[in-house]
Amino acid sequence: MFETIKYEIRKSVAWITLNRPEKLNAFTEQINREVQQSIKKASKDPEVRCLVITGEGRAFCSGQDLDGVLEDMDHGEVLRNHYNPMVMELHKCEKPVIAAVNGVAAGAGMSLALACDFRLLSEKASFIEAFIHVGLVPDAGNLYYLPKLIGYAKALELAVLGDKISAYDAENLGLATKVIPLERWTEEVTVFAERLASMPTVAIGLIKKNLKSSWNLTLEESLEKDAQAQRIAGLTSDHIEGVKSFMEKRKPVFLGK
Amino acid sequence: MSNFEYIDAYTEGQLGIIVLNRPKVLNAINRKMVSEILSAMEEFEVDDRIRVIHISGNGRAFAAGADIDEMANDHAIDFELRNQFKDWDQLAMIKKPIIGSVQGFALGGGFELALCCDLLYASDDAEFGFPEVNLGVMPGAGGTQRLTKLVGKMKAMEWLFTGKIISAKESLQFGIVNQLFAKEILQEETMKIATYIAGQAPLSIRLIKESVNKAVDTSIEEGMQFERKNFYLLFSSEDQKEGMKAFQEKRKPIFKGK
Repeated sequence: MFETIKYEIRKSVAWITLNRPEKLNAFTEQINREVQQSIKKASKDPEVRCLVITGEGRAFCSGQDLDGVLEDMDHGEVLRNHYNPMVMELHKCEKPVIAAVNGVAAGAGMSLALACDFRLLSEKASFIEAFIHVGLVPDAGNLYYLPKLIGYAKALELAVLGDKISAYDAENLGLATKVIPLERWTEEVTVFAERLASMPTVAIGLIKKNLKSSWNLTLEESLEKDAQAQRIAGLTSDHIEGVKSFMEKRKPVFLGK
Repeated sequence: MSNFEYIDAYTEGQLGIIVLNRPKVLNAINRKMVSEILSAMEEFEVDDRIRVIHISGNGRAFAAGADIDEMANDHAIDFELRNQFKDWDQLAMIKKPIIGSVQGFALGGGFELALCCDLLYASDDAEFGFPEVNLGVMPGAGGTQRLTKLVGKMKAMEWLFTGKIISAKESLQFGIVNQLFAKEILQEETMKIATYIAGQAPLSIRLIKESVNKAVDTSIEEGMQFERKNFYLLFSSEDQKEGMKAFQEKRKPIFKGK
């Protein structure tokens, strides 16, 4: 079904692996589309309760494939038609999404990681706001998410200066959930993803939705969203299981319903 | 309640419930469905127990449009002789309040049906739109008129020319819907609102509906006179006596709709 990515489901986790290692997983129209389709597929699949996006080989994603950039290209249309639908699909996804940043995440590759809910960084990972080096502007949601994650001043520094940010620097900035040593990379990412996949999935989706909407709401509107979300979560079997297991002093078994 | 093929209709307390029920085709509206909706509404209209009508769609959509297969081969004269939209005209004559609950798509004829409601609520992922232009036609059941009166000429033109989807957020922003709810609780919340309205003095609701609708198409002078007559009229009701008495006695009124 997919040619430029790998799509596998293991233990309720959908693993989406950008798979053009010889090109450092650079974006083309096809890979944009396949990432979007795979996120949609995982969002709809009731078996999936967590998504991981990672890269094959030594890079996470090096951004737009410059081989395809022609002088007469309309950059705005490329974004509208290929990148924006991918970012919107991620934004709409109600399941937790992990960017497992295994290597460099440059340009739109960094944007992809920023649009995810968690960023697990290999100690070899790095971020580069590469756009400025070719006279362009960070895109694909980059300038939307970055200041929300690390504040305006640092976002501006990164975007304008375009310096390479190491995994540990990224962690200090607040861009990483965790930096993982190379030898434990696969294991720790798997454990983290499977942990999320065994949590109350509906509640996680509602947390994501309300956190994101909080950026644009007044307290009063936000309180109403809380009430709606809690009504929905209060009707899930995971809520009943959570309360029951607490009473019975045992570990809860959440089914994501 | 009559037996219907394309809708479900039943009563729940003081509410008359209509559910569009062709979920496999996203509740595409055909002529029979419109006629069934009208019949159900007319039954609720004369049923003294019913104070509010609630309409929604079964499945993923409110209604994704008109049944294209049914009209693809029609000619102008077929429509004229059939008087294609006569049932739609009758829907506008219903005097009891109609509350619509839109989850998912309300497109084309589905959007037109939603625009027939007096109050409209939607899920926060609902999508409205008039895609008729993409098929080389245009709305025929009030779309160009009701949308324009609701949101003004510029936005109506834009949406009708492009056939573009109107997001739930935009629909709220432009006053197409009253409020958005998470899809999981939309039905529950609109039923609460319907129940609340059903507890209001029925004659007040009836004459308010008539007066507000009058405001859309008449001059302010004429509308003011119309409003005044309705205001006077309510003073011949038992509910007015009860409402004002209860207010003076600092208790809750009990309205009978008389």
